[in-house]
Order: sequence, then C-alpha cells, then structure tokens
Amino acid sequence: MTQFLQLDLAAMLAATFACLVCGLIGNLLLLTRQSLLGDAISHAVLPGIVLGFWVSGSRAAPPLVAGAMLAAVAAALLIALLRRLTRLEAGAAMGVVFSGFFALGIVLIEVSGAHAVDLDVDCVLYGQLEALIWPAASGPGSLLDPAALAEFPAETTTLAVVLLLTLALLAAFWKELRLACFDPDFAQAIGFAPRRMSLLVLVLVSVACVAAFWAVGSILVIAALVAPAAIARLLTDDYATQFGLSAVAAVAMGAGGYWVAALAPAAFGLGHGLNAAGMIAVVAGVLLAVAWAAGPFGRRRRLALAGGSD
Amino acid sequence: MSIAPLPVPALTVQHLTVAYTRAPVLWDVSWTAPPNGLVAIVGPNGAGKSTLLKAVLDLVPRLSREVRLFGLTLDQARRRIGYLPQRASVDWDFPATALQVVAQGRYPRVGWLRPLPRAERERARAALAEVGMAEFADRQIGQLSGGQQQRVFLARALALEADLYLMDEPFAGVDAATERAIVEVLRRLAAEGRTVIAVHHDLATAPQYFDHVLLLNVRAIAAGPMASTFTAENLARTYGGRLSLLERAVAAAQAGTRPAPPP
Repeated sequence: MTQFLQLDLAAMLAATFACLVCGLIGNLLLLTRQSLLGDAISHAVLPGIVLGFWVSGSRAAPPLVAGAMLAAVAAALLIALLRRLTRLEAGAAMGVVFSGFFALGIVLIEVSGAHAVDLDVDCVLYGQLEALIWPAASGPGSLLDPAALAEFPAETTTLAVVLLLTLALLAAFWKELRLACFDPDFAQAIGFAPRRMSLLVLVLVSVACVAAFWAVGSILVIAALVAPAAIARLLTDDYATQFGLSAVAAVAMGAGGYWVAALAPAAFGLGHGLNAAGMIAVVAGVLLAVAWAAGPFGRRRRLALAGGSD
Repeated sequence: MSIAPLPVPALTVQHLTVAYTRAPVLWDVSWTAPPNGLVAIVGPNGAGKSTLLKAVLDLVPRLSREVRLFGLTLDQARRRIGYLPQRASVDWDFPATALQVVAQGRYPRVGWLRPLPRAERERARAALAEVGMAEFADRQIGQLSGGQQQRVFLARALALEADLYLMDEPFAGVDAATERAIVEVLRRLAAEGRTVIAVHHDLATAPQYFDHVLLLNVRAIAAGPMASTFTAENLARTYGGRLSLLERAVAAAQAGTRPAPPP
C-alpha cells in the first residue's frame, strides 16, 4: 500500500486527470468534426511550451500554458491565413502548419539547452508519468497529513486545478458551446458570438494539450482527445450523456492504462513495467472496439473518428 | 387630420457587393423589402440568393454595403430578426433532441451563462407544437425525416418571436404535408404583420405562396408585387435562356397548377 502511494498514486491520478481534461474537451472537437484540429494543436503547442520553459527557466505550469496558448492561436491563425492565401484544403494547411510548428519545437529544445535540464525529446514524445513519485508517503494516513501532502507532486495538483477550471468553463458555457458547435451561423445571427466560442475551444484544447503533455506525451495526446468522445458517441445520442460517458471512458483509459502498464506486469510476474503512455492509448483503443461491438445496434452512426473532411 | 407615419421597410440594402474568391456573387444590389408580407427571392443556382441573406446577417464578408433593418443597424435590430438557415448547413447527427434545437430560439431571451429556465423550455415546446411536431420533442434530430427536420428549424425560428424572418429555402426537400404546414405558418406570420423573406426555388409555387418577389441573378433584376413583377419577360431576364420551360412554368403558375414535367 505504501509502495503504491509512493510510486503510483500521483502518476495514476495525473494520467486520469489529463485524460479527463482531454476527453471532455475532445467532445467539442468530435461533435464539430474537427478531431484533426486537436492533433494539429497538440503538435503546434510544442514550440510555445519550450519557449515558456526557456523564458521562465522552470517547469511551472503558468508560463508553459501561456506559451502553449500563444502557439496554438498562432498556428490556428496561420492555418486560416494559409487557406485564404493558397486555397489549400483544410487538411493540407493543417498538416503543413502543425508539422512545421512541431519541428520548430524540437529544434528549440536542442538549441535552448532545455534538454540538458529535464525537457528532452523523449519526455516530449512519451510523457513522463513514471517520474511522478511521492516519497513522503508513509501509509494511508499520509493522505490526511498536511506535511506529506505538501510534497505531493506539483504536476498532479496542477492537473487537478486545470480539470476543475475546465469543468467550470464547460458548465458555464454549456448552452453557448452546444449552440456554437451545432449551428454557428444561427448563433452568429442571434448574437451568440460563435467566433468567441471557437476561440474558447481553441484555448481549452491548448490547455488540454499541455495538461496531457506531461502525462502521455505529445504523440498520444490525440488518443486522449479523441478516444473518450468517440467511445461515448458510439453509446449515446444525448448531449449530456455524451459528456458523462466520455468522462467515464477517460477515467477508464487513464487509470486503467496506468494500472495495466505499472501494476499488472508485477501481478503477472513480468519483471518490468510497461510504458504507461503507450498502454493508455492501447486501453483507449480496446475500449473503443468494445464500445463499437457492444454499442446499441440499428442506430445511424456516421462517425468521423479521425475528424471530418472539413 | 393626422398623417399616418410612413411604414418603415423591414429591410433595405444599398449597393451590396459580395465576392468569395474572384468573381462577385452579388453585385451592387439595392433593394427595399415591403414593410410586411411574404417575399420570395427567386433566381437560378449561384445567383447569390442565400448569400444575400447571409450578407444581411453579417455571416459573410461584404465588400460594400449599406444594410438597414427597420431603419436600424443589424446590432440594434438583432432581437427583431429571425433566421432559418438551410437545412443542409448543419450536422443532423449531432446529439441533440428536437426540443433542444428549438430551445436555441429562446437563447436571446435567456442571455449568456444562464441555463434555460423551465418557462422558456415550455415556450420552445409550444413552438414545436405550432409546426405539428409536439410528439417528437425528445427525438434525436438525426432520427427525424427531412421534412420534420425542416419543421424543427421553422419552430426554432418561431421561438425567436421576430418581426422579420430571413429563411433560406424553407421548402427545400420537404414532403407535401410539411410544405402545407410551412405555408400555413408563413401565412399566419404575415397576418400578424410580420415580414418573411424566403429564398425560394420552385417557380410554380412562388406566385401562390408569396405576395412580393425579388428576382436576383448576381444583380437585382426586378422587384415588386408578385402579380406585376413575376412575368415571363422578367423571368427570362433573370434566368437567361431556357425560355420555353420558364414560360410553361409561368403559364402553369398563373393557371394555379403545377407545370407538367418536361417530356
């Protein structure tokens, strides 16, 4: 038990919170057939994160999130500009911009010297859940012990705060977001500013990307963004239930994936743990397959899992 | 003896030009809609009919414009304006019920950041009943027929309680029963003194359903009361060639029947 608290609790919670943030936001992307935009932003935020790290010299969340938001908005504007100037289709414009931004981020990691500290390419690509440990824990009592809790990994508590903020924003703008997702023209006509709402979605997605960054790395962010919403969409036709089920799926993939990677190998006598980020994505895939196989039949399901054409 | 005030036109556009990429979609359109009644916008595909409605609502960028609604700017008049978008413009797979979509028409009265009060939900339910869809309130919109989806959109527009409605092809792809139901609603709106400006495709039914017409083909070709404006000559100027078909349509319309299908 103490070993679980010391080695696994913080990481498991971090994985769960990150998947929850991404999974909830992912609904807004899936329902507007823009899941690919999530992929684009998750890559495009990298140079912003590195810049935030470089400028502040720390891994504290606020400068990284600020940098990520800047990069996400810059990438979104650049995609729009590129489409207008070159009349490229949306997918091509996104592909060019997000791979360019991601490459810029990798170069920045190298030249900024960030990799010498603890922001290296490996942790960017695969996350670093395994680094989240709580050595101050000495037993279940530590969960109520302020001194021990003070040493709880800051990444996990930051993720908890981000999750609460996300929930608050989703609840506050519940009907506005739904309207902007369903019919932006009508929203605009009645003065409900869908452009401001899509900017809010953009900011939320970039926050979610940073959040998931530490947990699962930038490659697998897209799994956390798309899978919970896609799983829920296979099971329900109701908007609120969609969000509820996606939250359940996010917890299952975050906590379940971590458990399979870190704890199951020992339980089955395997000598070493598995990569948590990879296992989270694998669990998400398995859940999606189960949802597809067991989901209600006979219902019309034209799903754009990988994002729509526009 | 007092002089009755001049009625304010529901919509005035002057020198409206819209271009998407290179060629203009609308070119220097100036038009004043009548103060009330049912108005059809008629013209061939690509004539800029939908774009005219969108330009009035600021949904597309305009190169030049002067738009007045009841003599006011869009922002000042927004609460009096209702919009019914083309049915194909949204994703009907979206996880929402008919009632949730209609309730969007009450959002301006609810305001930002507030959940929908029960009274407003009941108003939305009443709007749904007005179009004969009461029993489908809790049905997911993807499971409705095309005509039923169109009625949901109409109910959402009704829920806005607007004085001027801009409707983009309200009759597109609907069954006969829905068409009758929509006509009934439009006539009632007109009888209440409201204005409906609708993009309309069917030349045969235009004179039956509408009192006024704007013939549009990038430019405004002709506008005025249906009887004096919807003539074979004006239609020919609007549509270019294809005269014989048009003449048949007009003749049929004047006889009050639908044209026979081409041989």
